[in-house]
Amino acid sequence: MLILNLARQSLTNRILTTSLTALSIAFSVALLVGVENVRTGMRESFSNTVSGTDLIVGSRGGTIQLLLYSVFGMGSPVANISYETWKEWDEHSAVSWTIPYALGDSHRGFRVIGTNESFYERYKYRGGQSLALAEGREAGGVFDVVLGAEVAARLGYALGENIAVTHGMGGFMDHDQMPFEVVGILDRTFTPVDRAIYVTLEGISAIHMGWETGAPPMMGEEVAPEEVLAMEEIPVTQITSFFLGAESRAFTLQLQRDISTNEEEPLTAVIPGVALAEMWRGIGYAEDGLRVISGFVVLVGILGMLVSIYTSLDARRREMAILRALGAGPRRIVSLLVLEAGLLSAIGAFLGVLFVYGGLTVLQPWLEGRFGLQIPIQMLDTTQMIYVGAVVVLGFVAGLVPAIKAYRTALHDGLSVRV
Amino acid sequence: MTDDTACIRATALTFSYGKGPNVLDIPEMTIRSGERVFLHGPSGSGKTTLLGLVAGVLKPTPGSLEVLGKDVGALSSPARDRLRASHIGYVFQMFNLIPYLNVRDNIALPVRINADRRRRLDGPVDEAVTEAAAHLGIEHLLTEKVTRLSVGQQQRVAAARAILGSPELIIADEPTSALDADRRHAFLELLFKNVEQSGSTLLFVSHDMGLADQFDRPLSLPELNRASA
Repeated sequence: MLILNLARQSLTNRILTTSLTALSIAFSVALLVGVENVRTGMRESFSNTVSGTDLIVGSRGGTIQLLLYSVFGMGSPVANISYETWKEWDEHSAVSWTIPYALGDSHRGFRVIGTNESFYERYKYRGGQSLALAEGREAGGVFDVVLGAEVAARLGYALGENIAVTHGMGGFMDHDQMPFEVVGILDRTFTPVDRAIYVTLEGISAIHMGWETGAPPMMGEEVAPEEVLAMEEIPVTQITSFFLGAESRAFTLQLQRDISTNEEEPLTAVIPGVALAEMWRGIGYAEDGLRVISGFVVLVGILGMLVSIYTSLDARRREMAILRALGAGPRRIVSLLVLEAGLLSAIGAFLGVLFVYGGLTVLQPWLEGRFGLQIPIQMLDTTQMIYVGAVVVLGFVAGLVPAIKAYRTALHDGLSVRV
Repeated sequence: MTDDTACIRATALTFSYGKGPNVLDIPEMTIRSGERVFLHGPSGSGKTTLLGLVAGVLKPTPGSLEVLGKDVGALSSPARDRLRASHIGYVFQMFNLIPYLNVRDNIALPVRINADRRRRLDGPVDEAVTEAAAHLGIEHLLTEKVTRLSVGQQQRVAAARAILGSPELIIADEPTSALDADRRHAFLELLFKNVEQSGSTLLFVSHDMGLADQFDRPLSLPELNRASA
């Protein structure tokens, strides 16, 4: 109790040094805990890019590749899925709904995705949130187009604008004979949904009429928009992939197996949550680097404390001699210094955690609005508890170094100070 | 062989730091209980070493030094710390006080460190501290920061701390050397008065021979110590 009092008063007496040291520890702890928070938030947000979808189905290929082109809009599929096969699964008794995706075209670098009304109805992201239109309506007509929020913001398009679709990704062959009209703009989701343009499956078919060879139609063979609109039914022959919701979660594994072993057409089905988590493990190693760095920051903070206590020792030799003369054993002197260091790091750690909570309270809406990063404000998890505990323990241990030095000095000095 | 009235008794007391030469070699020295002894000698005559031994900070050879009836050389380091904490008051030349404690906490420190000394107090610690401070005329300074005191006031705080709980032996290591003549005189008078009241033995170390005649007995360390050059 006495030693605790002494340590407390000694620390408050040197309030400036004490607060600076505690602050530097607080910042390192805040960084360590904060990085862990952001890491968890990022992983959660990433794994929840798609939610509510039980399976994503594409042509036979790698699972990551399927995920990349269907969810993240990166790369392209090796082959397509025939319309009939998709319809078969769509009408399967264990399947509740599907969202078709037809990829392959773009507009000024953004992907154009052919889909149908179930996209607006069924697509869910992060914690089961549904898509919503910020303006206008869903794409229903052949030449209707709905923009992702990012696309609308970047290209500055408004409702009613006419745009042309480019064949392939970033090519130079425009389907400019058939201009599309912007009829809707989606709300921001902070997922890859924001970075794409949505048309109907029929729209995709229409712009490719006369392009069956893969090249623009010859002069005089172009199909005019009026001709398309006059058609009773626009034939859709293939899609690229589809999202699938099962009647019951319990069917998912069975469905996945059935689809992957489908005899008629070689397909691959992935469970998005599993594949996303797997993918995060692959690309998430950067976070380990982050963690290592914040670990070092903590170490530097503790070292700073050690240095500040150590350098104050010479000035405190007199104090040690007085304590010795009053009958304090060397062990008390050691405990005084260890306790001072421990208190400092405990205060620092506490402040650091406060900083994290304070910072989160202030920044949380901004982080979510700006980056779609949901960082929940919640109790420290076990890892974070261990980190904070480790910092405090490290503080006590670091206090041993100057304390042992003080012990030696105290023994050597006795009751007089030899300088 | 033990003299019941001996507070400090040295018999063939030798001491050297490490493997160095003897800095202390005292064939015989006795200070009786209740005596006020003036120990003098120039720098390097072994004063500090002798005080370190008596206070139990340094370890003498067993059987060579008895303080308050205890063979200091036979005690373990913690036991020597306890002996000092419980039975010895100590006043330094200067810088006697812990800078981050106020006057009251500084005076109370020895009884906080040692439970035996606390038990010897008549009443609660706070009352005893106020009383000791009153004896030395510093009761109005109790809540003051020690860094704001004059040197004379600081020495009186140190003296109040040393007499708190009436330890049997008070060691004063040149406590007046930082004071001017007037204050030196006033300080000594206060110290004597308080030592008398508590019946403590006073071992007063100084090289200022002018003070010697105010004590019961002067002791010349160079005469006692055969090792001094």
